[in-house]
Order: sequence, then C-alpha cells, then structure tokens
Amino acid sequence: MVTMSDYAGSKPTWCPGCGNFDILSAVKTALVELNIEPHQVLMVSGIGQAGKLPHYTRCNILNVLHGRTLPAATGAKIANPELIVIAVAGDGDGYGEGGNHFIHAMRRNHDITYLVHDNQVYGLTKGQASPTSDAGFVTKTTPGGATTPLNPLALAIACDASFVSRGFAGDIEHLTNLIKMGITHKGFALIDVLQPCVTFNHKNTYSWYRERVYKLEGETNYNPSDRLAALAKAQEWGEQIPIGVIYRKQRATFEEQLPALNKGPLVKQKIEPKRIKGLLDEFL
Amino acid sequence: MAVDVNFMVGGEAGQGVQSVGFLLAKAFARGGYHVFADQDYESRIRGGHNFFRVRVKDSRVEAIAEAVDMLIALNRETIDLHQAELAQGGIILLDREKIKGIGGNGNFFSVPLERLAKEKAGNKLMANTTALGVALGLVEYDFEILEEVLREHFGTGEIGEGNIKAAKAGYEYARENVRGGLAYHLSPISDVGRMLLNGSEALALGAIAAGCKFMAGYPMTPSTPILEYMAAKAEELDLVVLQPEDEISAINMVIGAGYAGVRAMTATSGSGFCLMVEGLGLAGMTETPVVVVDGQRPGPAIGLPTRTEQGDLEFVLHAAHGEFPRAVLAPATVEDAFWLTIKAFNLAEKYQLPVIILTDHHLASSYNTVDGFDLSKVGVDRGLLFSPENVDELSGYKRHRITKSGISPRAFPGQKGVLVATDADEHDEAGHLIEDAEIRTQMMRKRLRKLLNLKKEIAAPQLYGPKKVEATLIGWGSTHGAIGEAVDILRNEGASVNWLHLTELWPFPAEAVAKALGSAQTSLVIENNATGQLAHLIRAETGKKISRQILKYDGRPFTPAYIVREVKKEAY
Repeated sequence: MVTMSDYAGSKPTWCPGCGNFDILSAVKTALVELNIEPHQVLMVSGIGQAGKLPHYTRCNILNVLHGRTLPAATGAKIANPELIVIAVAGDGDGYGEGGNHFIHAMRRNHDITYLVHDNQVYGLTKGQASPTSDAGFVTKTTPGGATTPLNPLALAIACDASFVSRGFAGDIEHLTNLIKMGITHKGFALIDVLQPCVTFNHKNTYSWYRERVYKLEGETNYNPSDRLAALAKAQEWGEQIPIGVIYRKQRATFEEQLPALNKGPLVKQKIEPKRIKGLLDEFL
Repeated sequence: MAVDVNFMVGGEAGQGVQSVGFLLAKAFARGGYHVFADQDYESRIRGGHNFFRVRVKDSRVEAIAEAVDMLIALNRETIDLHQAELAQGGIILLDREKIKGIGGNGNFFSVPLERLAKEKAGNKLMANTTALGVALGLVEYDFEILEEVLREHFGTGEIGEGNIKAAKAGYEYARENVRGGLAYHLSPISDVGRMLLNGSEALALGAIAAGCKFMAGYPMTPSTPILEYMAAKAEELDLVVLQPEDEISAINMVIGAGYAGVRAMTATSGSGFCLMVEGLGLAGMTETPVVVVDGQRPGPAIGLPTRTEQGDLEFVLHAAHGEFPRAVLAPATVEDAFWLTIKAFNLAEKYQLPVIILTDHHLASSYNTVDGFDLSKVGVDRGLLFSPENVDELSGYKRHRITKSGISPRAFPGQKGVLVATDADEHDEAGHLIEDAEIRTQMMRKRLRKLLNLKKEIAAPQLYGPKKVEATLIGWGSTHGAIGEAVDILRNEGASVNWLHLTELWPFPAEAVAKALGSAQTSLVIENNATGQLAHLIRAETGKKISRQILKYDGRPFTPAYIVREVKKEAY
C-alpha cells in the first residue's frame, strides 16, 4: 500500500498561506488514493512557483524551461508510455510562454495530466499581470490595468481537449477528486486550478473565490460531453465560477495511434543496427 | 581514357527537372559508375529556374564540375543561362518545336520531345522522360538499365509503362538521328551497382542504425528530407516521428525522450536552430543526451532558403547562454554523414550532452554513390548506465552524482527503487534545485570535466599530401569534395600544397591542427562563409594566424576549378 510518507519531499519555500500548499496536498492524496508508487510517476514542471512543486514530493522529476513543460512531457511519455506523466505549470508558464505548446498538445491528445496553478498573477517575478489576470488588474507592468484575459477552458474545448476541468485550491477534496479523474483519464487532461496568491493578488483572494465558485457535480442537467454547452459553461466568470469537469470526450490518444509502441515502450526496445539492411538495399 | 562526363538538366519548377536528374544519376550508378549530383532550385513550387547536375566518372567523384558536356534544356531559359558553360564538344539537347529562335554557338541536338511523348506514350507531360531517353541514347547507354530504374521509380502500372515508352521513344530517336556521334560513350562498367543517396538520407540511415527511435522535427529546408525519410520508415523500423508545432517544441520533446532513455534527434536549419538554442542549454544543464542537426543555409533570418552556406560554425559552438560542454561534428561527404551521425549518438549518451551535426544544403541535397555501409562496424555505446540493484538504500539514486570523469551513471525513470530527478535550475547531486555557491561550483566543474575525455574521442583531422609544403589548404565539412579535387589539380601542376580537412570540430583538435600547420609557410582556409569562421577558431585554439582566406558566400557551393583559380590569384 502506498502511503502519504512515500510522497514526502523537501520543505516548500512558498509564502505561508499560498494556494500551492493545497494543490500539493491534493496531488499527493490523489496519487496515494490511486495506489500509484512514486517510481511510476514522472512530474515535468516549468518555471515559476508552480514549477517547484515536484521537488516537494517524491517521484521522477524533469524540471524544464519556462513554458516548455508540455513538449518535454510529450517526449518522455512517447519514450515510455508506462510512466504516469503529470505536467505542472503556472498560468504564465503554461498559458503565456507555453501557449502554442498548450494548443497543440491538446489537439494531439497525449496521455498527460496537465495541472495549471492559475493564480492570475506572476509570483516569482513579483507581481506582474499574467495571461489570465482579470481585465483592469493593475500591476507594475500594467499601470493602466490588464487587458482581456485568456480563457484557458474555452481554448481547451476549442482544441477538443479530451478532459477539461477547473479546480479550486480552497477545496482540497474536490481538487483531489479532479486530479484522480485526470490521471485515470486516457488522453490529455487539463486541470486549471484557481490558486489564490496571498502576496501579489489582492483581488482574487480565497474569500473572493469562495463567494463565487460552485460545483458542476451538483448540476443535474449539465452534460460535460456536450461541446457547445461546455463552451457556454466555460464563459461563466464573475459572479458565478463553475468548478468540476467542464468537458469530456473519449478519443484515441496520440500514443495509442503509434504503431511503434505496439511492441512496448520505446525505452525497452533493443537497438539493432542490422535491421536497416533492407533500407540500404533500397538505394542500390 | 578516364570517364568524366557532366550532365545538366534545366527547366522551371514543375517540369520534372529533379526526376530527370535523379533518374539519370540512378541509371549510371546502377551500371557501376561513380556519380555526384547536385540540385540548384528556387524557393517556389512552380516556375523559376532549376537545374540538376549529374557528374559521371569511372573513379571516385565528390564534387561538381563547371563545364557541361550535355545540357538538357527543358526550357529556353536554361539555354540562355547555361550555354556559356558548355564544354568543348558539348551538346545542347532541346525541343525546337517548343523552343524557337535559338542560335549561337553550341552543338544543338533537337528532338520533338513533347510530340514524341504524346505519340508514343500518350502524354506530353512525359516529355522530360523522353529527354532522359535521348540523353542516354546519345551516350549509347544500356536502355534496359533505364527501363528497370523507371519501373522502380514510377511503378509497374500505367504511369511506369508510359514513362518507359516515352523514354524509349527518345532513346531510339537519338540513336537514329545522331550524326557523327559524341566524343564519348558510356556503357555500363559493372554488374554491381553502387548505392546512390543524398546527405539527408545518409544521415537519417545513420540515425536509425544508431538506434534513434524518436525524431521530432519542424519542416525546414534543407533538413525536411531527414524528417520525411524517417517518417516513411517509422512503421517498418518501430520509430516515432512527430512533426510538432515549432522547433522549440521539437528540441524540448527530444530532451524529454532523451531523459526517459530513448535515443532521440531533431533536425532543422540554422534559422530553426535559433529557436532551439534555449533547449540546447537545457540539455546541457540537465545532462540529457540529444542530437541536433543544423543543415546550414545562408542567413541571417530567412536568407536564401534553398541555397548553401557554412555560416553557423561559430553560432553552434557558442549557442545558448552559460557554459556547458557540447560536441560539434560536420560530415564531409554523404558517406561520412552516415558514420558521423552514429558517432553523434554515441557521444551524446556517453557524455550526456548535446551533440550538433553541422551539415549544409549542399551536402544534404547532393547525391553521391557509396560502396555500401558495413553494418557490422556500427558500434552502439550507451555510456555508464545505473542498475537499480546497486542502489544504496540510504542515499538513493543520484542522477547528477559527482564523479572523477564528470559522468554520472544514468538511470531511466520508471525503474522500481530508483527516482530520476533533474532540474533546469542549478541542482545538487540528487537533481534538486539549489542556490548554494559551493555546490554550484562543484556542478560546473563536474559538467565541464566531461570535456577532458570527450576531447580524446575527437578524431584528428586528416592531412592529405606531403607534410613539408609551401602551402596548406584548410577546409571543413561539405567542401571536402571540391577542395580535394582542387588539391589534386594543383599538385598535378606541380604546386607544393597539402590539405587539412576538419570534420570533428568540437572539442577542437587543437594539437593536431597546430602540428599540421607547423611546417607550411602559407595557410589558406576555404570556407562557404563571409568571415572565415574556421580561421577564427584556429586562431583562438592554436594561436596560429591563417595567412589567406578563400571565402564564398553567394549561396552556391565551391567547384574545384573555382578553388584552383582563387588559390592561383596570389603567389604563396
């Protein structure tokens, strides 16, 4: 049996009260509840406060460049599909610097769980606007107020991501459940997590979110497989903010469609130079 | 008499210049000849002016020649542009029913190509194949070989048979109508054909032979054919080939695969490599083996997309911020592209670092005959690997363990009892990020220490000719064929020259180069760039100043004759 102590990592350096602690707790609990051993897990993270999360637990870790989490995770997943690959990024990392990778990883439907710590602000660089900052959000780089924010969930649905969800760091149990669903989902699973930044975001605070979030699980007539309904749901922001599974679709993963992987993970396949003999003959 | 015949096929994009040129080369290679063929084309899909040169010899050939023995003109522009290049006794093949009012010097041979193709094959679009038949008829080559090659190329169906009819019409027309004949005849010289392939294909074959199982690449001239070849063979050879959203993604995917334990590669041009630079640093920091192909083309920016240059040497040596070890290999020939690619994969894994293969448009797109590749000589060295049985229960596995050689045994994620951690930030032995000054210093030393043994793996550059000479010619990479032939011409004329050619450029073989240059009074670098980048490198690494530079940066490759002329411009 896997226990929480299996996932005990070093002490986080995040600010006291940071939403990242809740996310870390939810990730560990999800892995323990799914009885997944640390050596089966690969966490790939980028740069920003979210990118440090893997170091505060125990598993295989590939920490990469700002914004490049998904390509690195993709390469590792293709090399060894037996790994449970969890990519961890922040809103600046994943939606700004890594925006193009985000679009195409969803389109291709790699079997990766993508956890985005969305605090609507840059933390590590000390408080600048992020792609998801609310319009009008005043920071040192946006003294006139931030411009229209990116809607990651609507973008994900447009890219036909096969699992699109939103969690809230203030509701660990609900978030744990979403992460479990994301990990067990076959295909790309986006979990955008509303994460209060207690130091640099004084607008979108714990209480601001708490007053607004509501769970989709309680909506009896909401059908997450209805793409247009999901797109409408993804537009809700302001007085009411839905959390839970927004959109879900079963479709073949990228890895399932690779004939080379029928013979097992690439990393376990032998190197046999003489196999190219037939190719050489084609040039005669 | 030695055979050395130079064909040129010219026309606009869409007229089938490439297929006539390639099939001509293939037919001669099949008959035992040595062939070198290069392509000159514009960055467009239709129109413009393209040509394909095929040089046929009965001994080793690695370079193009300037004088054209047979000009196969599929349009008028070809004649206007290349008539002056015709050799003494050369012939221009054209269709006077389509190209009117041609006069001037030159030995013209007109064939109603379109009419013959329409009458005999029922398709005037096959006029280019008719021209191919004419060319081989004029030199009295064996039609059966051409027939075989056409069938392989176009298939056994209607299109294949149509092309054979079109070629035969041309071949017979030439045999019946040629008056006086040509000064040369080319008959097959052997039943054993040679392999004919281009640099991209040789490189891709080398990668597959070396066990590259993952290739991510964004299409860009001149490296696209590597991506396409590997994609075509993916199912048969159990490869994964992925065309990602951009070059940034490509190199980061390759890093992910390399970290997970799979040999992986990406290929691009210098312009795409610009986007990969940040990723190159990540590979350096995380000590992840990756192989990156930079097929150079003239820059900066988009430059001349379908032309050649050697302008990226200093760029790839220094690309990415910070200091970390890397290797740079620049294949000299098509054959070399195969073997150096295998070496690149071995060095990348043995030393856990990025290896750059520096080719260029000329090498990538030129076809050359090769005797074959002895696959029993392909060695695979995956370097120090960690076995989970040896894990120390107390300290656990440490991906970046500090060792005397600087090399830490590699484990792959997914093995029970082992956790593999690495970080783009500076990290400790276990791979966790740190800010400690002492650990930072130790880690920098550990990574750079890998250069000491890596340096011993770099083969000394080859020195051709006598040791004591008046002048040493120096080149690197794809200029090998042109310089080699120029050196032979100069030496036959009595010049006191030798030639040093570099293909393994980093870590720089400084001692060997210094020694080779020690006895010459004059040294001349010959480079396809504007600033003499190898000359800088030699100066920086050996302290030796190069006396002269022959530089070409018009996007076109060197010819042996060009080099001879330039060398002779000044006494040495």
